[in-house]
Amino acid sequence: MSLLKEPDFGTPARAGAATIELTVDGVPVKVPPGTSVMRAAKEAGVDVPKLCATDNLEAFGSCRLCVVEIDGVKGTPASCTTPCRDGMVVRTQNERLGKLRRGVMELYISDHPLDCLTCSANGDCELQDMAGVTGLREVRYGSGVEAGANHMDLPTDSSNPYFDFEASKCIACSRCVRACDEVQGTLALTIEGRGFDSKVAAGAGVSFFESDCVSCGACVQACPTATLQEKSVVELGMPTRTVLTTCAYCGVGCSFKAELRGDELVRMVPYKNGGANEGHSCVKGRFAFGYASHPDRVLEPMVRNTISEPWRKVSWEEAISFTAGRLREIQAAHGQGSIGAITSSRTTNEEVYAVQKMVRAVFGNNNVDTCARVCHSPTGYGLKQTFGESAGTQDFRSVDESDVILVIGSNPTDAHPVFASRMKQRIRQGAQLIVIDPRRIDLVRSPHIEAAYHLELSPGTNVAIINALAHVVVTEGLVDREFVASRCEDFEAWETFIAQPEHSPEAVAEIAGVPAEKIREAARLYATGGNAAIYYGLGVTEHSQGSTMVMGMANLAMATGNIGRPGVGVNPMRGQNNVQGSCDMGSFPHELPGYRHVSNEDVRDIYEKLWGTPILDEPGLRIPNMFDAAIEGSFKALFVQGEDIAQSDPNTQHVFAALGALELLVVQDLFVNETAKFAHVLLPGTSFLEKDGTFTNAERRINRVRPIMAPRTGKQEWEIICEIAQAMGYPMHYDSAAQIMDEIAMTTPTFMGVSFGKLDELGSIQWPCNLEHPSGTPIMHEDEFTRGKGRFMETVYVPTSERSTRKFPLILTTGRILSQYNVGAQTRRTANVAWHAEDVLEIHPHDAEVRGITHGDMVALSSRVGRTELRATISDRMPVGVCYTTFHHPVSGANVVTTENSDWATNCPEYKVTAVQVDLIPEPVADESTREPVVAGGNR
Amino acid sequence: MSGGVPPHVRLANEIAAQFAHRPPADAATAIANHMKAVWDPRMKQALIAHVASGATDLDPAAALAAQQLQAPA
Repeated sequence: MSLLKEPDFGTPARAGAATIELTVDGVPVKVPPGTSVMRAAKEAGVDVPKLCATDNLEAFGSCRLCVVEIDGVKGTPASCTTPCRDGMVVRTQNERLGKLRRGVMELYISDHPLDCLTCSANGDCELQDMAGVTGLREVRYGSGVEAGANHMDLPTDSSNPYFDFEASKCIACSRCVRACDEVQGTLALTIEGRGFDSKVAAGAGVSFFESDCVSCGACVQACPTATLQEKSVVELGMPTRTVLTTCAYCGVGCSFKAELRGDELVRMVPYKNGGANEGHSCVKGRFAFGYASHPDRVLEPMVRNTISEPWRKVSWEEAISFTAGRLREIQAAHGQGSIGAITSSRTTNEEVYAVQKMVRAVFGNNNVDTCARVCHSPTGYGLKQTFGESAGTQDFRSVDESDVILVIGSNPTDAHPVFASRMKQRIRQGAQLIVIDPRRIDLVRSPHIEAAYHLELSPGTNVAIINALAHVVVTEGLVDREFVASRCEDFEAWETFIAQPEHSPEAVAEIAGVPAEKIREAARLYATGGNAAIYYGLGVTEHSQGSTMVMGMANLAMATGNIGRPGVGVNPMRGQNNVQGSCDMGSFPHELPGYRHVSNEDVRDIYEKLWGTPILDEPGLRIPNMFDAAIEGSFKALFVQGEDIAQSDPNTQHVFAALGALELLVVQDLFVNETAKFAHVLLPGTSFLEKDGTFTNAERRINRVRPIMAPRTGKQEWEIICEIAQAMGYPMHYDSAAQIMDEIAMTTPTFMGVSFGKLDELGSIQWPCNLEHPSGTPIMHEDEFTRGKGRFMETVYVPTSERSTRKFPLILTTGRILSQYNVGAQTRRTANVAWHAEDVLEIHPHDAEVRGITHGDMVALSSRVGRTELRATISDRMPVGVCYTTFHHPVSGANVVTTENSDWATNCPEYKVTAVQVDLIPEPVADESTREPVVAGGNR
Repeated sequence: MSGGVPPHVRLANEIAAQFAHRPPADAATAIANHMKAVWDPRMKQALIAHVASGATDLDPAAALAAQQLQAPA
C-alpha cells in the first residue's frame, strides 16, 4: 500500500477494549466504547462519505455528508458524531442516503470554482473525491455567478512563505480551525462571521503571516480542498511517491513522509503513525527543508595548506589521502594523543559510531567528544549517577497521563513544538502546570493555558530552588516512603541534608528571588497532585551546576515516587535530533557505546577483539579540553563532523584561538560554516534527505532515516570515515549503514535487538531493546532502576562565579526561537528567515529606560570576554536585571560574550549566565555589511 | 586560560567547590575519583605538576586529590 494516502478513520480512536458490537452494512465489528459509527464503519471496511471529519480531530458534524440510517433511530444521524451502541444495525448506503448526500454536494459545488483540471489539489481533493463517491452529476443551482451570491471572488492570502490560503475554495468545514485548536493548540484560526458570511480568518483583519499562526502546517494537512495548499505543490504539482523518514531538526524526532514527484522533493508531510509526533509537525520539519538544495551546499571536497590560502577543489581520493597523511604526520610529530574528533548530533547513529571507532581504533586514543558536551552532557552524568542510565525515563505519550507537569529551563513551544502541542493538550484537559524559568515563556500563559505557578528565579539558582522544593517534600511529610524504601538507597543521608534550614524556601527565597510561599505551594502540588512529570531543557544543563541540578530533579522524582510508570518521570528535552543517539554511540571521551566506561576491561575486550586493536583505558579530551590543549600546544589536529563549533561554542575568542592554533582542521559539513574558516580540509556532508541510517530522539526512540536521493556528494559520510581509516592503515569497511547498526547491536547491550529490519517492521524502537524487551522500552525503571536502587545524591548549592558587577550589571541568558534552529546553518537558508531575520536582545523596560534604549535601537552587548551589537526588543518577559538573546545568526554572534565557565562535572558551558552591560549605540546604525562581533582584545 | 589561571587549575577548583561541605579527606577522594573518571591523562599530569611546583592557587582539597592521582590506580 502506498503511504501517500494514509487511511482516514474519520474520528479519533478510543482507548479501551473493543466491547461494543454492531453491524455496518451487514458486517459485524467490535469497537471500544465511545467510538463513532463512522470509525466503526471504516474498521468494518466501509467508507462513509465525509468532508468535515478526519481522524486527528474530534467529530464536528457540520457537513452532513456522513449521514447513515440506524435501526430504531429516527432520521439520518451523522455517523461522525454518533457513538456506537451495542447491537446497533447501521446502513451507510441506500437510495435515500445517496440522495441526501448528493443534495449536500450540490450546495457545496454551487459555491466552489469548477477548475478541477487546473487546481493544485487535483487528485488530492476530498471535495472532488466526494463528488465522485456520491455520484454527483448535476448542480441544479448552477455554479458561480449563475448560482447567485457566492464566495468565489474572495482574495487569496499568499503572505505565508510556505502555503497559500485560497479563500475562494473554502467550504467552511472548520477542519483548519479545529486543527489549530486541537492539534497545534495555538488557536490562531477562527470562523469569522455568521451564516453565509462565515469564513476562515487568521486573527482579526490580519494576514496569515501577521497572525499568531506558527506555520505548523496542521491546517494545511487538515484542509480537504486546495484552500490551504503548500506553495511547493502549487509550483511543482502533486507528488507521486513517498519515502518514510525522520526530521533532522529538534530532539522530538518527528516521522515524515517525504513526498516526491520523480526525484524532486515536493513536500514533507507528518506521518500519522510516527511514534513521536503522531501526525503533527512544526514549521521547521514541515517546511524548512530547502537548505538541502541551497546553492551554498558544498558538493566537492576542498583542501588548502594554510587557512590564508583559497580553497582548492580536489577529488575524493586526494582529499582523503591529504587528510589521512596529515593526521599520521601530526601523530608522528606530536604523539598519539595530539589528534581527535568531534561527532555531531545532526548525523546518524551509524555515522557517529564510525567516527568514534575511527578515533579509538585508528587514532588510537579516546579524544572523541560530541556536541552534546555543550548541551546535555549533564543529563548523561546526572541521570547515570541517580538512575543508572543516561537517558530520559518516559515516552512522549506518557504526558497524556500526567496530572502535574513541571517544566524547568525548557521552552517547549519554541524548541520542541510538536511535543509542546501534546503537552498543551494535556494541560487543557486539566493537568496542572508549574514553570521554573527566569523568562515568562509562552507556556506560562497562552490561549487556554495558564501555569498554576511560575517560579521566576534568578539565573544560576536552579539548584537552590530544586533543593527548596525537595526540602518542602521532606519536612512536610510528602515523601513516598514506600517507594523510597523499596526502590532507593542513600535516602537517610539525603533526607538529613535536604532538611537543613539552608534549603528551606524561606532561606532560598532571597537567593533565587522567588517568594517562599510560592515555592512551598509548587512543591506541594508536585508531590500531591497525582502523576507528576518533570520536563527540562538547557536551562537546567547549561549552568555551572548543570549536573547537580539534574541529580536534584532525580532526587525530587524519587522522593515523591514519580518514577517508573506512565505520567511521571524525568525527561530531558534534547535540543538536536540525535543528541541522545550521539551520546549512546560512545562519542564521549570516557565512555564506549552504551555509556560504558573506558576503564572497564570487559567492555574494552569486546571492542579490542572485534576491532583487532587495543583501546586506551583512560578518558580522552572533552571539547573544551581540546580547545585548551590546542592553545597549550599538545593538541594539533581535529576532525569536526557536522558541527559549527566556532559559532555554537562559548567564548568565541577562546575557540578562535584554539582553532587557529591547530595544524590540521578537517570539517565535514554541508556548508562553509564559521568553523570551516579555520579548516584545511572541507569534506562535503550529506543532508538528511541523502542519509541512510537512524536517529534516536529524546524518548530513546530509534527512527529510520531513509534516503530520498543518492548522496549529492557521491558518498555517505560513514563511507568517508572508512576511507580515511583505510588510508591511515586500518581495515575499516562496511557494506551498508545496516551493517554498522548490526555491529552496534552486537556490541551494545541496550541495542541488542535493534536492526534495520526490525525497525522497518516495528516502525521505531525505544531502547533498551534486548531479550527482556524485544520491542523496546517506552518507560524505564518500572520495577527497578537500571542501577538496581535509585540513588539519592546530595546536591549542595554552589553559586556560580559569574555574577553581575558594577561594570557588567545585567545577566544575559540565551536560548532559541521557533523558526530557527541552533546556529541557523540550515534554517537561515530557508524562508524561515521571514520570521527571524536577526538575533535580537530582549531587555526589560526598566533596564532599557535607564539606558535610553527604545524598541528597535541598536545596542552594544558586552561581557568580560567580548562585545557584539544587535537590536533591542523591549520585553517584560524577562525580570529586571536579566536580558535574553538567541544564537542563530553569526553576524551578532551571541557566543562572543559567553564565557569559559562550565558545569563542574561535565564542562558543559554555562551559556545561561553571563554578566553583561548593554549600551545604546547612537544613530546612525552601523552598516550591516561591516557589522561584526568583537572579541576582547580585538578580532583575530 | 582565564585571568591567568590554567584551565586544569580552574576546573579542579570548580570541582572542589562542589565537595567543600565534606571533610577534606572525603572531598579529596571524591574529587580524585571524578578526575580519574573524566579527565584526560595530560590534564591530570598538569595538575600534579602544578601542585609539585608549589603553586598556592589550588583549593586544598583539590591539591590533596592531585596527590591521589599520583598513586597507582
